[in-house]
Parts: sequence; structure tokens; C-alpha cells
Amino acid sequence: MDIIVPIKQVPETSKVRMDPNTGVMIREGVESIINPLDLYAIEAALQLAEGCGGRTTALSMGPAKAEAAVREAIAMGCTEGVLLSHRSFAGSDTWATSFALSLAIRKRGAFDLILCGERATDGDTGQVGPGIAAWLGLPVVTYVSRILECGPRAVVVRRMIEEGYETLEAELPCVLTVVKEAAYPRLPTLRGKQRARAATVPVWGPEDIGAPAESLGLKGSPTRVVKVESPSLARHGDVRTPKDPAELERAVDGIVDYLERLGLT
Amino acid sequence: MKETAALPAAASGVWVFAEQRAGIVQPISHELLARGRRLADARGAPLTSVLLGPAGDDGLREMIRRGADRVLHVADPALQDFLPEPYSAVTAHLVRERRPDIFIAGATTTGRTLMPLLAVLCHAGLTADCTQLEIDPATGELLQIRPAIGGNIMATIRTPLCRPQMATVRPRSMKPAPPDPGRAGEIERLTVPPELLRSRVRRVAFEPADDEGGGIQKAEVVVAAGRGLKKGANFDLVRRLARALNAGVGASRDAVDRGWIGYPHQVGLSGKTISPRLYFCAGISGSVQHLAGIKTAEHIIAVNLNPDAQIFKVADYGVVADLFELLPLLTEKLEARKKSARAPGTEGSG
Ligand SMILES: Cc1cc2nc3c(=O)[nH]c(=O)nc-3n(C[C@H](O)[C@H](O)[C@H](O)COP(=O)(O)OP(=O)(O)OC[C@H]3O[C@@H](n4cnc5c(N)ncnc54)[C@H](O)[C@@H]3O)c2cc1C
Ligand SMILES: Nc1ncnc2c1ncn2[C@@H]1O[C@H](COP(=O)(O)O)[C@@H](O)[C@H]1O
Repeated sequence: MDIIVPIKQVPETSKVRMDPNTGVMIREGVESIINPLDLYAIEAALQLAEGCGGRTTALSMGPAKAEAAVREAIAMGCTEGVLLSHRSFAGSDTWATSFALSLAIRKRGAFDLILCGERATDGDTGQVGPGIAAWLGLPVVTYVSRILECGPRAVVVRRMIEEGYETLEAELPCVLTVVKEAAYPRLPTLRGKQRARAATVPVWGPEDIGAPAESLGLKGSPTRVVKVESPSLARHGDVRTPKDPAELERAVDGIVDYLERLGLT
Repeated sequence: MKETAALPAAASGVWVFAEQRAGIVQPISHELLARGRRLADARGAPLTSVLLGPAGDDGLREMIRRGADRVLHVADPALQDFLPEPYSAVTAHLVRERRPDIFIAGATTTGRTLMPLLAVLCHAGLTADCTQLEIDPATGELLQIRPAIGGNIMATIRTPLCRPQMATVRPRSMKPAPPDPGRAGEIERLTVPPELLRSRVRRVAFEPADDEGGGIQKAEVVVAAGRGLKKGANFDLVRRLARALNAGVGASRDAVDRGWIGYPHQVGLSGKTISPRLYFCAGISGSVQHLAGIKTAEHIIAVNLNPDAQIFKVADYGVVADLFELLPLLTEKLEARKKSARAPGTEGSG
């Protein structure tokens, strides 16, 4: 079993602060981490590879410092890692990102499975996984909540949709995007960390993957961000601050009246 | 007026991707038609609804009553359930043949899988999870507005060169238009080349979810709580109030992450977007990510101990109070009213 796990390095969004005056994200001091949802994909890949013997490759596209994410994946147990990095990749939207990643996957050679996270917490699109499948002409299953069986020619998975769970069988090679339920990510071990430090992480640029310049980065991206602003918080309602039980009672009566006006009592 | 040599793309208008389950046209289709109608009117272009898989005539006509000028229906049984390959191959085929200018789908598990496949197959730009779509009056382009970086910012995105301009929009972020029985439109039934229907993914089984929490997107009233509840068992207070109001039960991510209640109840950016008539919440601070899920609630009532909580900025009625005092008091009052309404001599019991 040869598994590729595309992982993205993202800012730790729960710590992101916004400049209240400019509405711009304050990036200084914000740590970069592996996209938390990609940890589930890594774990699912490691379990499959351990179960039937196999190789796992973490693949990331990003700035030079994204090498840290690749090394962390190796520390968790991935066999090897590759970083796709060059300034011409900068500004890629999901179309251009999935294109570049698909070329890198082609260059790396034969594989059985590509396991992506459900979405990245910064861009938050979930489009790159299916995009890779489309570029490579592979079958895809999204929102996989469990990998039930993995044979030499097919996988059987559970897919979480609005109405419940589907069981699907997909021919290999294929692309899966996994949700949180799929696996509980392990922590890197000390030995893993040592291995990660010693590992060579090849860095590939556009020439290495044979990418035409016009399809990369901002230039190759069909979409353009034209404006960014802080969301405005609109309404200004009636806020009561009761000081004693009697006032609390009146405030509660206020709620009941409100409900009554809406015809909800 | 001189006939404009418009791009063929511009001429074939706005498309929405309708969804059916077991032959029933889903509400998301009507929400998309309401959005699509506004865009089509702004562009002076027709609105087309694309539906794959079986559907009854009335479901198709309902889409015309809700705003479609044309319904493209490919009924093949191979399209009964969503499968990425045949769905993307068939829609790509239709897009190449008829060149829509704009194509929108729901940000559902189906739409979020289909559209990125289609974007690659048709070399089109795609924006995920938009909360707002507008036509730029100057250029006629689609402006795609969406939250990013965990809801901390709103980004406006456009697709200058590629067509169609594609976007997925959050379910429940727009109300469907009421049906207009007088609206005219055309239903076009299509067959497609059989090779488009091949799939290397097979659906083996389906297990419906218990409706736990599933109801909050349909509920007229949602009662929700967050970390202020202190522990999971206290959700009983919330459930009792919900029963008194015939409401669904929602929660913040914090409450869900602590295992107090299941993920299907989560409201917000990474949970559900809801549009109830009334959202009642207690012990929720009102983070941007949470607010992203309740933007289209008609009325918001909030209870929080902290007078500076963000939630009060969006609430129509707020009470700065301890939820452990307020919730039982409110529930009792509502239950008492229900009881007196049901007293002998009045109707409505049973
Ligand atoms: C990418 C991303 C996606 C996210 N998606 C979501 C999402 O979908 N939904 C979501 O909810 N969050 C989401 N979050 C998390 C969000 O940022 C907040 O952490 C979360 O909403 C906080 O939940 P809370 O309001 O319950 O908790 P807190 O922020 O801790 O607020 C608890 C509130 O309870 C009040 N309180 C305490 N005791 C009492 C009492 N006795 N009576 C009354 N009030 C009391 C406090 O004053 C406080 O305001 C997301 C975060 C990220 C980074
Ligand atoms: N720059 C990237 N490098 C490697 N993998 C990525 C990258 N961007 C996205 N992915 C993968 O695609 C998934 C979906 O990301 P997104 O479409 O950006 O939300 C992620 O969970 C990753 O598995």
C-alpha cells in the first residue's frame, strides 16, 4: 500500500487576532501548524500502512517554512516527505493548488491512495482534495468517516452526509478526504522526532514537476480576492441588566412578551 | 439598440444545481433559486435549474414556481444517488454545451464535492461557502463574498477570465421565495451519452442518521447553550426550555468539543447555519465563528453573565443574568402558560 497525504501548513487560527482598526489579521507571533484536520488523514494513512505494510508520503505545498509541517508528519510516522515550494506557487487558489499537487503526485510515481483532510482551517474550502482527483482522473470519496476495508484493488468506506451514512466501495487508486471521526491522531514519538530531524525532505519547484508557468500561483488562479474586511456586527437590541430578583422577573417577563409578539408561546 | 456581440457565456445565464433525495427536490434547490433569481434579474439573464436523477413532475414544476425559467432534467437512474464521477461528467457535459455565465450550488456534501470536480473539468474558478453573492454593477461580474480565516474576515472574490463563475453557498443562508403559481417556464428532459454515467465508486449501503440535532435547521425556534452551562448534564435545563417552546437544541463548538452534546447540534462556521424565526442562546459568548451560523436568524434573544459579551451586539433582546437562575424561571412561566391554555374548556389539548 502506497499512500500519499497532502498536508497544508496553516496559521493557528484559534489564536489569530484581528487589528480592530484595519480589519487585517495580525500574523506576527502566530504559530504555524499542520492543518488540524490533516492530522486525521495522516493517522488514517499510518493505520492503513501499518495494517497491510506500506509507505506513507506527506506532501505539502507552501513557503520554505512548511518543511516543518512535513517533518512533523514524518515524526508522527510517515515514511517520507516532499515539499513543493517556489515563489511562483505563491497566491495559488484551490484550482492552481490542486493542479500543482497533482503534478507532484504524478512525478512521484505509482501509488494506491491519496488521503486528504476535509478542509484547511485557513482557506476553509475543502476543494483541493476533489480537485486533485479531477486532475488525476481518479475516483474520489469525500467526508469519509471510517475506512472499513482496504484490499489490493478497492476500499470500502463510510461517508458522512446530511441524512446519515453511506457505505461506498471505490476502486484503487483513488482519493479520499476524511473527517474528524476517521481516526484519532497520535502524537509524535521521540524516535519519530529523531527520524524526522535526520530525514531529507526534497524541495521541488515548477521545473521538477514540469509545471507550465501560466498555470501556477496567482497567475494560474481563476479566482481573485479583491477585498477583505472585518465582518460587521449589525443589530443593536434592548439589553437588560437586572440587579435583584424582582428585576430578573421583569426581564424574564420581557422575554415572554417578546415570544408572545412572535406568536411562539 | 445595436445587438451586442455578448460572449455566448453571458447569454446563457445563471444556473443553479438543484438536489433531490429519493426523487424529492430538496429545499436547498429553492434557496438557490431565490439567490439565482436575484442574480439573473441583475444580469437580465434567464435562470436555469439543473436536476440530476429521478424527480416527480410536481417537484420540477415547483422549481419554476420558485423562480426558474428553465429546468434541465437528466432523469437517468444511474444518477439516483450522488456519485462524483457521473454527476461531474454530466454537469461538465451540460456546461460545455450551453456555457452558463454563473453556476451556483449548495455548500452541501454533494455541492462541495461536485463543484471542485467541475471547476477542474471546465477550467473555472470556484469560491466555497459564500454567504453573499452580488452582481458588480460596473462589470456584470459575480462578486462572491465569504468568511475566511475562521470567520475573522469577509473576503470578496471574483473570477475575471474563466467561465462559468462558480460558487457554493451555505444552506439556509437565504430564504426560498414563496411559490408563484402563475410563473411560466420550460422543463427540458435530456438524455446523455452512457459513457458519462460510469462510476468507479459504488454505493453499497445507506444508514439514515437518527434525527438528533438534525432538526435544528428546520426548527422555527432554536434554543442553544455554550460553555456557560458548565457541564453536560445541565443541558437538561436547555432541553426543558426547548420542549416548552417546541424548539430544536443547538450548541456552541465549545460545548460540543467538551462532549456535552453531539456534533449535529453545533451551530456556526464549522457546524450548521440556521435560519430560525427565533434563536435563543444562553452562556454563549458570540464568537465570530458562532455568529457565522446565525446571521440569518430573524430574532435573537441572549442570556449571558458578562455584559460585554459579543452576543449582545447582535441580540434583539438580551439579559445580563445567570442562566441557572433565568432558564428555570422562564421555563416555568412558559409551561404555566401552556397549561392554562390547555385547561378544561379550551381547545388545543391532546
Ligand atoms: C476555524 C474555527 C471554526 C469554529 N467554528 C465554530 C462553530 O461552528 N461554532 C461555534 O460555536 N464555535 C466555533 N468556533 C469556536 C469559537 O471561536 C469559540 O471558541 C466558541 O464559539 C466559544 O463557545 P462558547 O461561547 O460556548 O464559550 P465561551 O466563549 O467560553 O463563552 C461562554 C460564555 O458563557 C458565559 N457564562 C458563563 N457562565 C454563565 C452563567 N452562569 N450564566 C450565563 N452566562 C454564563 C460567559 O460570560 C461567556 O460569555 C470555531 C473556531 C475556529 C478557529
Ligand atoms: N498547500 C497544500 N499542500 C498540501 N496539501 C494541501 C494544500 N492545500 C490543501 N491541501 C489538502 O487539501 C485539503 C483541503 O484543503 P482546502 O481545499 O484548502 O480546504 C487539506 O486538508 C489538505 O489535505
